[in-house]
Amino acid sequence: MSEFIHRMAPSSLTARVALGITLLLMIGGVFVAIAAFAYGREAARTAYDRLLLGAANDIASALTVQDGKPTIELPVSAFELLALAPDDRIGYRIIGTEGQTLSGYDEISLPVNRQEISEGFFDGAFFHEPARYVVVSRRFAERTLNGTIRVVVGQTLNARDAMAYDITRKALYVLAASGFAMALLAALVVRSVLRPLEDIAGGLSARDPHDLTPLDTEVPRETEVMISALNGFMARLDRQMNSMRHLISDTAHQLRTPVAALRAQADLFTDETDASRKERIVERLQTRTASLGRLLDQMLSQALVIHRGDSVRRECVDLRDIALDVFEDGAHKVLFPEMDVILDIGETPVEVMADAPSLKEALKNLLNNALSYGRSPVRIGATLENWTASIWVEDAGPGPADTVLAELGDRFSQTTPSRKSGAGLGLAIAHSVAVSFGGRLSLERTSMETFRAGLVFAVTPERAS
Amino acid sequence: MKTRPVFRTLLSAMLLSVLSGSIQAQEMVEIFGPENATQTILLRSTTDISVFGPVVEDFVETRPGLAVRYEQWGSNGLYHLTKQECHEGTPGADLVISSGVHQMVQLVNEACAWRYVSRLTEQVPDALRWRDELWGITREPAVMVYNRDLVPVDEVPKTRFDLLDLLRPADTPYEGRVATYDIEVSGLGYLFAFADSQEASTFGALQESLGRGNAVSTCCSADIIRGVAEGTYLIAYNVLGSYAQGYQQEDDRVGIILPSDYTLVLSRALLIPKQAEHKDRAAEFLDFLLSPQGTLALKDALLISPLLEAAEENRRDALSPTAMRPIGLSPALMVALDTLTRETFLRRWRATFPGQRGD
Repeated sequence: MSEFIHRMAPSSLTARVALGITLLLMIGGVFVAIAAFAYGREAARTAYDRLLLGAANDIASALTVQDGKPTIELPVSAFELLALAPDDRIGYRIIGTEGQTLSGYDEISLPVNRQEISEGFFDGAFFHEPARYVVVSRRFAERTLNGTIRVVVGQTLNARDAMAYDITRKALYVLAASGFAMALLAALVVRSVLRPLEDIAGGLSARDPHDLTPLDTEVPRETEVMISALNGFMARLDRQMNSMRHLISDTAHQLRTPVAALRAQADLFTDETDASRKERIVERLQTRTASLGRLLDQMLSQALVIHRGDSVRRECVDLRDIALDVFEDGAHKVLFPEMDVILDIGETPVEVMADAPSLKEALKNLLNNALSYGRSPVRIGATLENWTASIWVEDAGPGPADTVLAELGDRFSQTTPSRKSGAGLGLAIAHSVAVSFGGRLSLERTSMETFRAGLVFAVTPERAS
Repeated sequence: MKTRPVFRTLLSAMLLSVLSGSIQAQEMVEIFGPENATQTILLRSTTDISVFGPVVEDFVETRPGLAVRYEQWGSNGLYHLTKQECHEGTPGADLVISSGVHQMVQLVNEACAWRYVSRLTEQVPDALRWRDELWGITREPAVMVYNRDLVPVDEVPKTRFDLLDLLRPADTPYEGRVATYDIEVSGLGYLFAFADSQEASTFGALQESLGRGNAVSTCCSADIIRGVAEGTYLIAYNVLGSYAQGYQQEDDRVGIILPSDYTLVLSRALLIPKQAEHKDRAAEFLDFLLSPQGTLALKDALLISPLLEAAEENRRDALSPTAMRPIGLSPALMVALDTLTRETFLRRWRATFPGQRGD
């Protein structure tokens, strides 16, 4: 059975509901049948016992004494009362004061342990058929007759059984009708419950393949969970696709100029006959290819950051560790030996939910920018103040010109980096990382002589504590 | 009655009761069917062979190889024999048909009958069927019979009240010349008297009048009707209409009245004893009686009375249907057989007809 249910259950919701209702009705049916039969028997017993008692009293009251002997003219009404159970046989016995049978069936015997019974019901048999009897008694205190005459009246059980079965049958009819109604209602309910799902499925399959806009959330609360999960998934997909699109177009755009320059130099080289000039062109080619290589590195790291930003699980990262790692990496000492780099971190941890490699990549790019365009000394650090955690690079220069800064601000105030960035991708990467983890890129002149670029994240009080 | 080309093989009239001194003896026996019959079923009935015989003949005609032994009994004898056989479990009759329907009800009540249901038995009205073990097969009114020559037309009683009025005057010519059954001997007479007592308070007055008018209580339908025809009695009360009409067809000196205050209608009851040896054949006979063919045969035998049909067809001078009181086959009839009740009833009867019994 359980295996059957197991096999049956997953196939469809309708089948599950049908199975449930069927089981419910079957079990309920058995219980109702038993209860109804018990009730029916009790009801039939009560009803027909009253008939018996009525008939017996009718007969007892017709008893008279004549010439010292009890006589009776049996009232037909008593038998007509008993004939209300039309197919039942009737037994009666009138027992005299000495226990002798005055009239009726001698075959009817009183229960063995209740020979002296004068009132009440008992079960017995009437010509080998089960029967129910009642005893009533009438006292006589005449000069010629003194004692109790008992009247026993009984009946076979056909009508009682028929009534009990009838009640049971009717109860089962009601159960069947209500079962049918339940099944019908259940079918309707299942249908109406499943309609939103069908609507959603219909909506999805009718959609344009490139349409990743959120689905209509005007659905029942229970399916809203699914819809919002689906919408979240689509939003992520949308974001990734956008990033990808931007990355590809940026990459194409940014590679075009250096590659065109390289080709131009190569053309020049072919046309050039002068050896010293050729030498210079080769040098230039070397510089160009090197910078092209750096550009490609940055692009790859931006792609990595974008990928990680959407796909890697966030974990608790101490920004001081990031700063320390980048500082100890030591690449700057090789590339920019003339610049001083100072690590500036405090005692308290600066924790945010983010992805360490992405943050490292962003910080490296900021450091590279500072080393390339700023002035010594350069400081890197992480601070936590006013519910704001930040990791930053600060140089001793004034930073870019105000117009450039404003332009940069505009570019990165948008949620996605503009494809028009001609310069290095460092800021774009930093920006992407900041946005990925719910922060922003901050570029500010902290004083006349210092410029700070950093990633700023809001910290909730719980996290800060 | 018309005679038929029959397979009647044996007719033996026996008058054993006088010799044996027992009431348990058949009055007549006749065997219907071919001599070489392979199967013989025993039918015991209170109906005169001459009346019921043609119906049995119709039945055996359609059943080759089957013979019916018909025993004619008095109702009390038949009752006691059937009861005895039932309680001893000895196979006896295959079919019992009696006009003492109260006795038949009693037999069914004592689990002596076999249950049978068929399409035809289900069509029997509820009042004429009990437990599917007992069926009413005839419709015979209890009528008053009078001598046409001796009773002046304007004195012919239409109701029981008319009869009462005839008996009332001190010097009435009807004194001693109104006959009815001796209910101590005739089960049917007792049944009619008992039904009368249940039906109307008239009965007390009537009984009293009959007694005062020195009415004659005697045995047996045939004797009473002959008595009326011959002028021994002027009027007979509560005579079976089937016998009266049968007699009238041969002797038109008798007139028949269906009392218009009410007319008792008797349905002879049929049961198949539970220890019967040929129950299936017995059931066939029952179905035959209930079938259109059997009904027709019963009508020919006057056992389904044309008098009642006249009433049903609402002919002028006929009985209104509401005056018909069928004696239903219900356990209420058992009251009639109760020892004490019967004693009380007979005591009153004896007081009414002192010294008239055993005529």
